[in-house]
Amino acid sequence: MAERERSHTRPRGAVFVPRVQVMSADDVRRAVTRMAHEIAERNRGLHDVVLVGLQTGGVGIAHRLAETLGEVEGAEVPVGTLDVAFYRDDIGLRPVLPEAATDITADLTGSTVVLVDDVLFTGRTIRAALNALGEYGRAQVVELAVMVDRGHRELPIRPDYVGKNLPTNRDEMVDVSDEGVSLGELVIR
Amino acid sequence: MSPFPTHLLSMDDLDAEAIADVLSVTDSFAEVGRRANPKVPALRGRTVATLFFEDSTRTRMSFETAAKRMSADVLSFSAGSSSVKKGESLRDTIETIQAIGMDAVIIRHGSSGVPARVAEWVDHCAVVNAGDGWHQHPTQALLDLYTVRQSLGGGDEGTEAFDGLRVTIVGDIRHSRVARSQITAYAALGAEVTLVAPATLLPPSLEGWPITGVSHDLDSVLADTDVISLLRLQAERGSGAYVPTMREYSAGYSLTARRALQLPPDAIILHPGPMVRGGEIASEVAELPSARITDQVGNGVAVRMAVLFLLLGQGTREAELHG
Repeated sequence: MAERERSHTRPRGAVFVPRVQVMSADDVRRAVTRMAHEIAERNRGLHDVVLVGLQTGGVGIAHRLAETLGEVEGAEVPVGTLDVAFYRDDIGLRPVLPEAATDITADLTGSTVVLVDDVLFTGRTIRAALNALGEYGRAQVVELAVMVDRGHRELPIRPDYVGKNLPTNRDEMVDVSDEGVSLGELVIR
Repeated sequence: MSPFPTHLLSMDDLDAEAIADVLSVTDSFAEVGRRANPKVPALRGRTVATLFFEDSTRTRMSFETAAKRMSADVLSFSAGSSSVKKGESLRDTIETIQAIGMDAVIIRHGSSGVPARVAEWVDHCAVVNAGDGWHQHPTQALLDLYTVRQSLGGGDEGTEAFDGLRVTIVGDIRHSRVARSQITAYAALGAEVTLVAPATLLPPSLEGWPITGVSHDLDSVLADTDVISLLRLQAERGSGAYVPTMREYSAGYSLTARRALQLPPDAIILHPGPMVRGGEIASEVAELPSARITDQVGNGVAVRMAVLFLLLGQGTREAELHG
């Protein structure tokens, strides 16, 4: 969940307090490199591959994957961004706010879309993303890359590329940034 | 960010932060509007009623398009073809609509304060003021802000561009709910608002209005204007009696081609519509690239989507479910 939405969600005004770092900045970099190789391996030549980062946590990772794919395969992979707020199933149940407008300029029909997000949790964001993605064309294949899979799925969704599998409690929070990945709690100050 | 209000009755309901949220959410809905299928499921299962006790084409169409593009069901109510004609009171009309089950009611009424009164009567239903008498028309002011921000270009983010922006509002301020909403909105974001009108078309008192200046001479302010917003003479509210003749009014206050040339080159021209060509604006001026009048109409849909989404998508049901 992005920071802006977080500020609206109960408990209001809570801040993330990290308890333990589970990936360092180097670990994240290595994971990006490995995932880029896996994407290249599964999609030989990277023809028609488009990376789509979910707003906001997935956008930076999508760009880093594209950069690495450029270095290792010499391929220029387009990167789009997708905001799924209007497709969520909890609108009206909790405050839902779009983060930034979706930016997908090409028609996705026939392409291989790799959805990229920072954390995979219940799977509801990905469900919303699959619906939203359909508005930009009928992709031939949709794959999913996440930096952290923390479990607790509520829908039949699984990732194709994972940075780290991280067992968590439901009430913990996972924070992914360029500095690494931390596990912690939301605390009311 | 502050929580969005339950109802949108006046621009006074929104602080600078809430206005910034509306503009930012509007960016997302504008993107939806550019797609081949400009529809999202955001308000599926919600019902929105438009209650118009006054004639309107663009505002009603704009609100209804906005609601439909978010997959809400829309009920359309016109005073002319309803039980109001048979003598039903406003209170009973609202009770009826409430009993049918509405998530939002969008009201236009000739009397100031009607939407605020209706807001006191309803439960679990958002009230949106689509224009009440001389009082307020908040979504018009919001779409003006969005159009200005879009026209100023550069960073789409934030509302910094409004700080110190010189806005001139010309025409029938006295009878204009649009002007009252615009003034509050621009002032909230730090713009400097100057009113230009003959003394008869200004309200009896401007005390407490957050404006920078008042002028009766349009020519003297044009060179110091970044945004000029023109208002129609509201003949249906008797404005005609406040000016000697339409011709004389136009001679002093119409934005003619000659006057448009005195504006700074990057100034933009706005008009909430419906415009009277040859009245408050010359026909050729309305066609200038700096006139963003059709952009305003187009942006109106995205802005109203943002307002409805912020009113209905903010966890109201959570409150219902968990008390």
